[in-house]
Amino acid sequence: MRRAARTLALLTLVLLASVSASAAYAAPVAAGGTGLKTFHIIVLRKRYHFNPETLPSLLESHPANLGVAGAEEATYELNTAGKFIGWDFKLDVITVPDGGNLLAAAQKLLAHGPRIIIADLKANDLLTLSDLPAAKNAVILDMRTIDDSLRQQDCRANTFHLLPSQAMRTDALAQYLVLKRWTHWFIIQGPTPQDAVYAADIRRSAQRYGAHIAAEKVYNYNPGSRRSDTGYQQIQTQMPLATEVDADYDVIFVADETDLFGDYLPYNTFAARPVVGTQGLVATAWSPAYQEYAALQMQQRFDLFAHRRMTELDYGGWLAVRIVGNAVMRADITTPVPMRKYLRSKDFLVQGYKGQGLNFRRWDQQLRQPVLLMTPLMTVSISPQHGFLHPGYTTDTLGFDKPETKCHLH
Amino acid sequence: MSSALTRRGAAVLLAAAGCLGLFAAQARATELFVTNEIDDTVTVLNGQNYKVIATIPTDQRPRGIVATPDHKYVLVCDGDSSNIDVIDVKTLKVVRRIDTGPDPETLAMSPSGDKVYVSNENNALVTVINFATGKWITQVPVGIEPEGLAVTRHGHTVVVVSETTSMAHFIDTKTWKVVANVLVDTRPRIAEFTPDQHWLWVSSEVGGTVSVINPRTHKIVHIIYFHIPGVDREYIGPVGVRFTTDGRLAFVALGRANRVAVINAKTYRVEKYILVGQRPWQMMFSPHRRRLFVVNGLTNDVTIIDVSSLQPVRSVPVGRLPWGIAVIP
Repeated sequence: MRRAARTLALLTLVLLASVSASAAYAAPVAAGGTGLKTFHIIVLRKRYHFNPETLPSLLESHPANLGVAGAEEATYELNTAGKFIGWDFKLDVITVPDGGNLLAAAQKLLAHGPRIIIADLKANDLLTLSDLPAAKNAVILDMRTIDDSLRQQDCRANTFHLLPSQAMRTDALAQYLVLKRWTHWFIIQGPTPQDAVYAADIRRSAQRYGAHIAAEKVYNYNPGSRRSDTGYQQIQTQMPLATEVDADYDVIFVADETDLFGDYLPYNTFAARPVVGTQGLVATAWSPAYQEYAALQMQQRFDLFAHRRMTELDYGGWLAVRIVGNAVMRADITTPVPMRKYLRSKDFLVQGYKGQGLNFRRWDQQLRQPVLLMTPLMTVSISPQHGFLHPGYTTDTLGFDKPETKCHLH
Repeated sequence: MSSALTRRGAAVLLAAAGCLGLFAAQARATELFVTNEIDDTVTVLNGQNYKVIATIPTDQRPRGIVATPDHKYVLVCDGDSSNIDVIDVKTLKVVRRIDTGPDPETLAMSPSGDKVYVSNENNALVTVINFATGKWITQVPVGIEPEGLAVTRHGHTVVVVSETTSMAHFIDTKTWKVVANVLVDTRPRIAEFTPDQHWLWVSSEVGGTVSVINPRTHKIVHIIYFHIPGVDREYIGPVGVRFTTDGRLAFVALGRANRVAVINAKTYRVEKYILVGQRPWQMMFSPHRRRLFVVNGLTNDVTIIDVSSLQPVRSVPVGRLPWGIAVIP
């Protein structure tokens, strides 16, 4: 996940002060309500090692319940409706430690569980799960990854992806930049393979939307010790050097998926140009600063529940549980084969605070969605931008459309 | 504003001088009250020439608005200030504030006007308030993000829809218990009884549908879909619902589709889509339901529809992000 939780101490939600937690979580009065059927929603999760000391900003944190807190909040929400129509949802979170035996945990789940699994796993681990013979007819909801490869050559028929792919993100930014007529881009790319994928997406977006790559640079930044006094002096010297190119351009488009250096760029660049991409103006499915389309209510509910701000990974967990709940409550589906059919059908729709219902692309099982363009404090815009058209869904202007997909599901 | 007050002042004086019947009828033109969510104001328009009579400052984030049954007051929910502003329609001033608990989004009144029902969006509650005293009678827990409220003609049942739980909750006003919950399509916004009280219509903004519910059996009897040539399905977001007096036609505001659907309320067939301003949500009729006023959130105006010809006849600018509307005859 590119963005860890940003705990912005400066931003206080004054509104929350007057809302009492107990009132917010008062359960609706049950009408009769006996003999509820229990449905277990399963999250399979690996607790990846993460050193919070590597976060560049002190305002960022990496809470232990990142992602799973969103799933917990959504389970509570489901039960407000579920109890009225005969369902009691329980969230079972199976956590495998980093270096633990994911395979064994997955096999055990698939042998005994409902074979509808929410995966909080990175790309390699997700494929391990998806490719198990016992998972052949399972439904796996990927709440975490953004990797293009999992929506393209490595797509799997049993796996649905909730967060926008890297390509959807560069397209979302590209539409906005083209609308602004900021069409000459300088790509600065970090050292990881994921950065290379993102940089390729930037080039693809430029071609799709008629922008130009004015310059490109690969920057092998070695962070060293992040938390040191007077570190800024090093940064102030290094960043202008890294961004000095003999070209004229409108924006710096940074590809730094692991947050190594991108946040150091604004105000430290050689030329006075804005920074967009994985840092600066970012494209994301969720941000704690987003409040459009009643997202304000979601943010406040989450804060009351988790006592922290809601991140994109929390949103992924929240969406995954709401999707399972929709299938159970609206279509009475509790098994994976009808679930897959339902998720791929026109009947399926999930509400995600984006002003429109969200459903899946049939060709790669990626959730269609508007993508937010955010600074750390503000919503700048939401793509697709006005005027970008598509014969099917306008959100299909973002990412890999049907004619260009490399995913061939069976 | 001053001219309006002068006019009213003169009318009051003349009325006091003994011409009560004659002048009381003439002095009170219909007035439209529109909440402006961002401006923290209510725009008051003359119902004949649609000129702005007054811009009344309110507390923060005014959204839901209703007139009291006696038409003496207009009540406005101030979402970010946790209260209701009570506007005196004679003086066009806020004369009273009623505590509602956090985040009141919208409100309804009992038929006699003795009680106010408020949906507290953030706490999944309906707060019931004695209008005369401002005291809370009770709070009823409902689904998450409650919004639209509907009250039966005799006041025995209050319906509230919850946007995140996606249900219509039926509350018995004798026991203050939720007696039934109906799962509808995603993100219900508004509930409205047909004039004969036989059916309850619930709009689902994200689901893009209107559910017709039998309020006796609490079952959905029909779901209305909308297909507009050239408009993508994801932009069709039904919100406001209003019926003509005879109950023959229903009007449904379609949000980002920028249209109002005209529906035959007996056959459920959509007869027409009327192009209005951008993102229409709430609507209200003129006193004899000859005109329908449609509030357009993104174009900051009100479209006036002639009900007999089903044509938009005018649009009138109001404040920023206009949300709700009440009409005083």
